Amino acid sequence: MVPLFYNARSLWARRLSTGVTVVGLGLVVFVFSAVLMLANGIESALASGGDASNVVVLRKGATSELVSGVERDAVRILTTDPEVASGPDGLPLVAGERVVLLTLPSGGTQAMNTTARGISAESFAARPEVQLVSGRRPRPGTNEVALGRSLVGTSPEATLGGELRFAQQRWPVVGVFAARGGAFESEVWADGMRLGSAFGREDFSSALVRLRSPAQVDAFVKRVNANPRFTLEGKPEPAYWADQASSLATFIRVLGLFVSFVFSLGAVLGAMITMYAQVATRVAELGMLRAVGFRRRSVLASVVVESAMLGAAGGVLGALGALATRFIHIRTLNFQTFAAVSFGFSPTPAILLGALLFGTGMGLLGGLLPALRASRLSILDALRA
Amino acid sequence: MREEPLPAPPPMVRLRGVSKTYRRGTVEVPVLAAVDLTIDAGAFEAFMGPSGSGKSTLLNLISGLDQPTTGIAEVAGRDLAQMDDRELSDWRAAHVGFVFQLYNLIPVLTAAENVELPLLLTPLTRGERRRHVAAALELVGLTHRVGHRPPQLSGGEQQRVAIARAIVSDPDLIIADEPTGDLDRKAAEAVLDLFGVLHRDLKKTLVMVTHDPHAAERAGRVHQLDKGVLQ
Ligand SMILES: Nc1ncnc2c1ncn2[C@@H]1O[C@H](COP(=O)(O)OP(=O)(O)O)[C@@H](O)[C@H]1O
Ligand SMILES: [Mg+2]
Repeated sequence: MVPLFYNARSLWARRLSTGVTVVGLGLVVFVFSAVLMLANGIESALASGGDASNVVVLRKGATSELVSGVERDAVRILTTDPEVASGPDGLPLVAGERVVLLTLPSGGTQAMNTTARGISAESFAARPEVQLVSGRRPRPGTNEVALGRSLVGTSPEATLGGELRFAQQRWPVVGVFAARGGAFESEVWADGMRLGSAFGREDFSSALVRLRSPAQVDAFVKRVNANPRFTLEGKPEPAYWADQASSLATFIRVLGLFVSFVFSLGAVLGAMITMYAQVATRVAELGMLRAVGFRRRSVLASVVVESAMLGAAGGVLGALGALATRFIHIRTLNFQTFAAVSFGFSPTPAILLGALLFGTGMGLLGGLLPALRASRLSILDALRA
Repeated sequence: MREEPLPAPPPMVRLRGVSKTYRRGTVEVPVLAAVDLTIDAGAFEAFMGPSGSGKSTLLNLISGLDQPTTGIAEVAGRDLAQMDDRELSDWRAAHVGFVFQLYNLIPVLTAAENVELPLLLTPLTRGERRRHVAAALELVGLTHRVGHRPPQLSGGEQQRVAIARAIVSDPDLIIADEPTGDLDRKAAEAVLDLFGVLHRDLKKTLVMVTHDPHAAERAGRVHQLDKGVLQ
């Protein structure tokens, strides 16, 4: 074997072109791993919504509350189920809710989509995970709203004591709530009737049903799905949010991997050009190695390994860069619900390993043709060079 | 039985009717014509002749870097024409040490690392390799330069490193194509003195091409080559 330090030092000897190539490879690996970390972060941000005793009831076939409709009568029928839990006031914990999309200003001329949830009397009681962190709940029959914690500060008015404007009305902010980092923290909660009339929505979007215990959830879901009096379907609340998260995360993953793939073609080309140049400037050295008795295969392997080293360096650089995104927090559109969600990048060992392999693989691929040329050099021509 | 003389050892190099023709497009360029040549093991022989007369080509055929168009080339007991590229590589590693006019050292490796390269093709351990390298560098008088890289060495020193590389794996045959062509008088003498040591003390077979009559004087026999014909 041609020693590895020969390759390492040869790369170092031409550190400008090596450096530029490594940065190029690193950028692609950065995009690749950052996107995967992002999809991960989204999944953990959105999937953490939901309570094990709760069931979200939607119109059959609806993939999200936004495209679902549930009639008032159906909600009334749901309250008669014997396994539904009761609130402190003794009333069944069934909350018919209207979910609409708002456009709120978000700094300067920017706007962002936000989910508004028109709540009913039982909405807070049915979701113990949702807790006020300041202010109070909106009073029924008024335009008062409570903000999810991660919306606070997105615009000057998005704060306790501020006043939102949408649907040609004013909506004073009277409370801020947390939901253990889950999806509700990106929502605006308002009175269901007021929100419904402001947006011209008669029917509910969904009904949230809280059962006496998580053990009743499966049986209740079956009863809802089988009930001939309506065409509704129930989903355990955690599963509902996990589905929301995974379709967005999958979308981001697919898009990100596609973009990485396209960029990687450029990076592989860069590695190829660098390695062709390495081979060209070292023809005499390679000829000497062949003369001394190194086989074609050894020369081929040596160039491929050198290129893989280049790729591995890019992989390390890109992975380190991606790790730095841990300190970035972003908000973007949930393409399923078209609402803003807030989340971070969350790295895993598998993603970092994948980044290294991806970088090394690109280097390896870029080195193949230059290595083939190097191994096919005529010794005599090479020695004359 | 005991009194009978030992049979003569087989020659190191035996060329029979060797010719070499290069093809440039459709034009055939004859470079060597019907060369017959025998070089005994342990000999030190030099080739001289005008530029383009085929000296390097002849050396390449002897050292297994190239193969004859016609004829038989037997070197170190093997018929080179019968071997493929891979076998030739292994054969060169085992039997031939090369000294080039321009040294052909790797600039990013130290003197010791350059000398070690041929040993990487042997089953020697790291420690054994280190000992062989130290011995070879001592022989060429460069013990104090082991950690230096070629750009930090003079031409003469670089060529001595190259000689250490050529002998480190203890090959039978040392091939040198104009080894002093780029050196001044003093450095050239040092290199030729070393060749003398390899020949006399280590019993190596040396085959050298040179333009320099002083260098040729050191050889036991000098062949003249003219337009591809051995005189
Ligand atoms: N690969 C080749 N293709 C074509 N012609 C070659 C090749 N190698 C050498 N020659 C020709 O063969 C002749 C002898 O070359 P060479 O053996 O290098 O001569 P010398 O070493 O005596 O100067 C020259 O005319 C040279 O141009
Ligand atoms: Mg020549």
